[in-house]
Amino acid sequence: MSSNVAAFNINHYQFLDPAGNLVGNNQPAIAREFDKLVDYYKLMTLTRTFDKKAIALQRTGKLGTYASCLGHEAAQVAIGATMREEDCFAPMYREYGAQLYRGVKMSEILAYWGGDERGNDFSGPQHDFAWCVPIATQCLHAAGAAMAYKLRNEKRVAVSVVGDGGSSKGDFLEAINAASAWKLPLVLIIMNNQWAISVPRSKQNTAQTLAQKGIAGGLPSIQVDGNDIVACHWAMEKALDRARNGLGASVIEMITYRLSDHTTADDARRYRDNEEVDQAWAREPLLRLRSWLESSGVWDDEQQQALEADCVEQVNAAVEEYLALGYPGNESMFDYMFAELPHDLQAQREQALKELPAQPEGHH
Amino acid sequence: MANLTLVEAVTQALAWELEHDDSVVVLGEDVGINGGVFRATNGLQQRFGDQRVIDTPLAEVMIAGMSIGMAAQGMKPVAEAQFMGFIYPMIDHMVCHAARMRHRTRGRLHCPMVLRAPFGGGIHAPEHHSESTETLFAHIPGLRVVIPSSPLRAYGLLLAAIRDPDPVVFLEPKRIYRQYKEEVPDDGEELPLDVCYVLRDGSDITLVTWGAMVKETLQAADALAEQGISAEVIDVATIKPLDTATIIESVAKTGRCVIVHEAARTGGMGAEIAAQLADAGLWHLHAPVKRVAGYDTVMPLYKMEMQYMPSVQRILNAVNEVLEVS
Repeated sequence: MSSNVAAFNINHYQFLDPAGNLVGNNQPAIAREFDKLVDYYKLMTLTRTFDKKAIALQRTGKLGTYASCLGHEAAQVAIGATMREEDCFAPMYREYGAQLYRGVKMSEILAYWGGDERGNDFSGPQHDFAWCVPIATQCLHAAGAAMAYKLRNEKRVAVSVVGDGGSSKGDFLEAINAASAWKLPLVLIIMNNQWAISVPRSKQNTAQTLAQKGIAGGLPSIQVDGNDIVACHWAMEKALDRARNGLGASVIEMITYRLSDHTTADDARRYRDNEEVDQAWAREPLLRLRSWLESSGVWDDEQQQALEADCVEQVNAAVEEYLALGYPGNESMFDYMFAELPHDLQAQREQALKELPAQPEGHH
Repeated sequence: MANLTLVEAVTQALAWELEHDDSVVVLGEDVGINGGVFRATNGLQQRFGDQRVIDTPLAEVMIAGMSIGMAAQGMKPVAEAQFMGFIYPMIDHMVCHAARMRHRTRGRLHCPMVLRAPFGGGIHAPEHHSESTETLFAHIPGLRVVIPSSPLRAYGLLLAAIRDPDPVVFLEPKRIYRQYKEEVPDDGEELPLDVCYVLRDGSDITLVTWGAMVKETLQAADALAEQGISAEVIDVATIKPLDTATIIESVAKTGRCVIVHEAARTGGMGAEIAAQLADAGLWHLHAPVKRVAGYDTVMPLYKMEMQYMPSVQRILNAVNEVLEVS
């Protein structure tokens, strides 16, 4: 004999369709809060303008390898906009939209990809984690932060983002498990952009959704259209409220598309069809929000042109600031290793300052 | 004042710090009601509650990653890896995050955590329970690696490790967890990190060691004394950063050095100590530096484990070789 001992379903949410029309019932209030939506649209546009410039800087030798966020702007800005200052963000490495909302400066993002640790000493919330390259490890740092808040009875939430690729890693699954075991104030976002460098979602596993990995660990888990800022915003608020009120963690799979190469060191033409990318552009997040704002009568061409000019100006100012940053100084290789420099490093520091040129050759 | 074994001294240090610093939490597999598989956390959950002494799901990566997350947000987690053989999944987090968090954020975040693990052979344990791989951590910039070799040093060094504002890997030689007892005052006094401890003064040869091997090395020194040979014995205690000055000072006096460790020979910390001597102590030396170490083999299962580990006789053989040429 057998009986069904568990059943689950994953709902997919979309409120703003690719054409910029509100769809479905029970649309969240944010869909008509136009002051906020306009602000979000402005930041999404700034994020995209910044991203384009960063790639141009890399192509002209003024920036190191850079991970583009093209196509992820709605999801990212929704994350940033719904979190509170005291909440903790543990990003992977391309969540600039969220970070800009939280006060990280564009010049700091450039500094990091420009090979300078000072970028990680950013102007955003001082407790936020820095960019995280090893894949999915940030999920556990967020879980640890959530644990700290829970143990101290602080009404704070930790939020982490992992890619579809990263959702294959144990770190992500162990974070789900821990969040479930301890009812942690945590929101785990799977930014499913369909590609883990060259490996498509279809080859990562055969599960119908990635959100259901959260269900397996005991967390409420949903899927949203990650190019729909209304859906992302709604899902984030719901998950953050739940976590803040002591009800535990959630998983949100945001379905988006990596419109760019993985990084500037990658060439996606080697492994994916242009046709797929073209189709993805039809679903991209900025255009649909702009359409919705325009059809609602709160946005027009003139405002668009002014915004674009303003974004270029802001980005150019950030680039100036980045390029003026200068060399950090050889001593900085040693001075942040420990609270107090141990004797072995004191000796090496002394030697380094004596034997190294003050700046590497070719540094401008 | 309590008469304690090494493992009881660990418990006493954890209890002191849990009592006196609210930001300290102990976490790991079976550390709660069970008190840890070696009883290093015995009674702590009963005394401090399950919010301070936390049983975790069986997931080493999670223990390391969450400890880092907690540490970055103002806690002082003391995490236990049940055996060093299970520590390897944690290395990703220790290397990629714990070790570099302060540096890569220019001090904005830091990681005051301790990762404790019992290590070393000699207790007839199953496979993967007996290795000494401390060098894996010692090689990583940004980590401290501390190994106590007595109840007193276990207490004082663990207190110092927990209070240190940077990550410490604290490896406990489980073969001597219950080897003997000594008086360990529960006074919250820490012992200094980053220094060697000279356990026995001598003038003819310097024996450098750490962890459980302190036992055989001191026995070898006793045997040498009977032959009229005066051996100085140094317990390195903090193997990274290495207190080279104390070792070189000793060798300046004795002119001879034998290094004893359980870990495999190649690339072990003995190699680093020998290199430091070659660099800054060469003219003090009357004879080549010898290492008595584990072989570069897989650590055998327990029928053969004592053959693998340095014995008093092997230490004496190396000392005799050194003395013969000088």
